[in-house]
Amino acid sequence: MIWNEKIECAGRQEMRSIQSARLKEIVERIYYAVPSYRKKMQEIGLTPQDIQGVDDLKKLPFTTKLDLRDNYPFGLFTVPMSEIVRLHASSGTTGKPTVVGYTRKDIQMWAECVTRALCMAGVHHHDIVQIAYGYGLFTGGLGLHYGTENLGASVIPISGGNTSKQIQLMEDFGSSVLCCTPSYALNIAEVMKEQGLDPLKLKLRVGIFGAEPWTEAMRKEIETKLGIKAIDIYGLSEIVGPGVSCECENQCGMHINEDHFLPEIIDPETLEPVAEGEIGELVFTTISKEGIPLIRYRTRDLTRLIYEPCACGRTLVRMVKCKGRSDDMLIIRGVNVFPSQIETVLLQMSEVEPHYLLIIEREGTLDTVTLMVEVQEQFFSDEVRKLQELRMKITKQLESVLGISVNVKLVEPKTIERTAGKAQRVIDKRKLNEI
Amino acid sequence: MIIKQLSVFLENKSGRLHEVSTILGKAGINMSAFSVADTSEFGILRLIVSDHELALKVLREQNFSVNLTDVVCLNCPNQPGALARALQILAENEVAIEYLYAFSVDDSANVVIKPDQLKKCIDVLTLHSMELVRASDLYRI
Repeated sequence: MIWNEKIECAGRQEMRSIQSARLKEIVERIYYAVPSYRKKMQEIGLTPQDIQGVDDLKKLPFTTKLDLRDNYPFGLFTVPMSEIVRLHASSGTTGKPTVVGYTRKDIQMWAECVTRALCMAGVHHHDIVQIAYGYGLFTGGLGLHYGTENLGASVIPISGGNTSKQIQLMEDFGSSVLCCTPSYALNIAEVMKEQGLDPLKLKLRVGIFGAEPWTEAMRKEIETKLGIKAIDIYGLSEIVGPGVSCECENQCGMHINEDHFLPEIIDPETLEPVAEGEIGELVFTTISKEGIPLIRYRTRDLTRLIYEPCACGRTLVRMVKCKGRSDDMLIIRGVNVFPSQIETVLLQMSEVEPHYLLIIEREGTLDTVTLMVEVQEQFFSDEVRKLQELRMKITKQLESVLGISVNVKLVEPKTIERTAGKAQRVIDKRKLNEI
Repeated sequence: MIIKQLSVFLENKSGRLHEVSTILGKAGINMSAFSVADTSEFGILRLIVSDHELALKVLREQNFSVNLTDVVCLNCPNQPGALARALQILAENEVAIEYLYAFSVDDSANVVIKPDQLKKCIDVLTLHSMELVRASDLYRI
């Protein structure tokens, strides 16, 4: 089923005129409401009148995560707080989170986008949808939740974790759709196997997975192990959350809800738009958002766009699975982690020098993170207790800043490799590059 | 009365202890006393050697995290109850022991103690006529 056929199957010209009208409006609103963006436009002599449509998009200055940090927490909002009905946040590059605010209309728009995504995935109103994304500041849980209710399907708002209970409810309630991170889906499959439960006997038929990079190999594994169709969903909290784009049942690229999120692909070096169909950095302009609309927001995700209409009948432009990132952000268990955050934590602790190595592995189905920190003479103690206290202190600090648990390992000095150029601080052994 | 103990940080991996002893051996440094504290993640090697300054230098050159720690060494008769008496004195005077290790030679036993209060530890033991080993003697063992 196509939820909003008028939009999702619109002709290219029709879509472009919707986008142009909305872009014009949003630029004008931001220009008058957000001093920092107005300044950016004024610096290059740009006024809202210069933006008449999508063709003028490339004239506009970019927005980055740094702008969100500099205007923390609410500086980029274009409406007074009295109109904001919800706040979400994700990790920023250094300690301070990235905050996004939604008006009532934004929440409705987001729900509409997620509902379209669910329909793309083949979900119907008679489905029982188990939402095992985290509920909270993270957009995953609540994003899927509102979309599912909007569709009229039944929500099981179980949130993440407690795998035995996930499986029990899946069995007892007859969940037909599972929404979570792909690695958690594999974890659920594994626990089912340990419990001697045959997943093929469950009613589960569709999985909607996102919030972290995953490979085609993982997709096959999930599909075989759980006996379901595994659908890729994409989103980032700065833009709206999950539902920015989603695959249809043909699994041939994610349809972008481009009447709300206008996509571009740029060369991350020159910042110029690339030729149609070429790979580059994905940039979004949120053309209908009220709370915190962003112009030319650099997602740092590398992908390419497909404009040909899809076999499913939708004409919405598709983006292929992201091929990596143009910055050093890592996605670990669905959480965004920047190496700079780790550095900040270590630098704040007088006992430690910021010589570290972060190793990310996928043990079974879950990502594990080990941080190796060199024991420098000035904080080395002859007492075991003091070293263990130090280890706990680092662990706790990191956990509170990163939002994931990290196994801190104290290592001997100079055992972390020094390189002449940029130090290699991260070793990602998860082999996510064979996408 | 203060003894300089070398403390060396070691990762729990095979061969590290061997490496330390080889480095010290090549530098002509003798070890008088020796103990290893281990956790699942790492270990701390504690040593009393013939020349701690040289040991510090050669180990640092090989990138080991090394510290000098002040400890005391008690000499008590190698017989039942002797250590208990010394520990009782420390307990009664509220000197806590971070760790200790001991080695006996013939009739006497040497107990290396890392107390929480070094000066008080020396004072109360001396006051009770406990024999403390002089640094120069210990380094020669």
